Amino acid sequence: MSAAIQFRNLSFATAQGRLLLDNISLALDQGTTTAILGRSGSGKTTLLRTVNRMIDPTGGEVLLHGKSVRDTDLLALRRRMGYVIQESGLFPHFTVERNVGIVLEAKGRPQSARTQRSHDLLTAVGLDPATFAQRRPHQLSGGQRQRVGLARALAAEPAILLMDEPFGALDPLTRAEMQDMLRTLQDRMKKTILLVTHDLDEALYLGDRIALLSEGKLIAHLAPQEFMASRIPEIESYIRSFHRGERAAQVRAN
Amino acid sequence: MTTGFFSQYGSEIATLTLEHLWLTGAAMLFATAIAVPAGIGLTRAPRWAGPVIGVTNILQTIPSLAMFGFLLPLPWLGERAARIAILALAAYALLPILRNTYAGIRGIDPAISEVAQAMGLTNIQRLFKVELPLAASFIFAGLRTATVTCIGIATIAAAVGAGGLGELIFRGVASVDNRLVLAGAIPAALLALAADGALGLLERWFRIPGR
Repeated sequence: MSAAIQFRNLSFATAQGRLLLDNISLALDQGTTTAILGRSGSGKTTLLRTVNRMIDPTGGEVLLHGKSVRDTDLLALRRRMGYVIQESGLFPHFTVERNVGIVLEAKGRPQSARTQRSHDLLTAVGLDPATFAQRRPHQLSGGQRQRVGLARALAAEPAILLMDEPFGALDPLTRAEMQDMLRTLQDRMKKTILLVTHDLDEALYLGDRIALLSEGKLIAHLAPQEFMASRIPEIESYIRSFHRGERAAQVRAN
Repeated sequence: MTTGFFSQYGSEIATLTLEHLWLTGAAMLFATAIAVPAGIGLTRAPRWAGPVIGVTNILQTIPSLAMFGFLLPLPWLGERAARIAILALAAYALLPILRNTYAGIRGIDPAISEVAQAMGLTNIQRLFKVELPLAASFIFAGLRTATVTCIGIATIAAAVGAGGLGELIFRGVASVDNRLVLAGAIPAALLALAADGALGLLERWFRIPGR
């Protein structure tokens, strides 16, 4: 079986010649969550954006089940993928309901079908449609906005979900709630999820595999338990920076 | 002002007010039809924004009496004073509408435009469903500035015989009759205030919380 998403010798250089992605090859299985981990500027977001062709690579290609994204109609490609970003990117002039239904609206689905779908999805992400459907984004909390963002990404039943630091701006407790919700949904949906994060804990918790990027290069692609046991220096320094507060508190307690 | 004055000039004031409205209204329609699409176009080709907005800026610095004078000898245009007036007024209205349309769309949170793209909206859908609604309040602010300016400048159009309330003002000045000057100036001021208020309401109506 060919991979759901395959990056093949993917490179991207800016017009100024800066290499943001350096010959990345990576295959992601259908129905799995891959956390793309790395520092700011490591190329994570750039990698994600080559999948829905918000960025076209300068070398190599992205294949979906063996077919290059370049050979697919751009609009159709994008409508088949859910896209969630930090701060949700909700349209401020639309109600929650219309935000969720926007991809169906773009595809010309009738109003009644859109309303039905968006109410079902709001329920699925834990927001009561009776309370929230007619609200505007500015009337929601950060966590609620991300829930709507996720519902919107799921509206067109995409096989692939692209998530760029979706919970990055949330407080730790809200973030944990959102992570749990995503896990529960994913158990049911089995989407192929690409999750960009700089949070090791999130990568370990949500990822079936973790891809570590550093300066545009793929350092490792491992399951969480392998990742924690790895002796690769970049991974070790990542792990050392993890739970520092907890360890410091323990030292003080002893 | 006495009742005698109104019985003598009342219907003329009404006619000239309508004429004033027509000149301004036609000029605004004309300017909007050019400046809004041009403003949208500039957001697609931002390197042209500086030069194009610069040209409209220069248009705006031409003294209005000179502008009317420049247009007078032109063929077709010069035949009817109203044509000159409408063209000149439209030229003055271009800058605020163009600038606000451009800035209104460019000022949209890039994340929002990007999401619209990533959701698979077509360019037309992105423009009409996302960009224009989000920029509407800015565009109306531009229309408001342009309309108020035009109503004022339209009083000068009487100098080339285009009519409007300026006619009463010019006649009043010539005959040293302050009542006539006021009979032109007050309705013109009221028109400007009314336009300012109405377009201000629209501007507020289209303001998006959280934009």
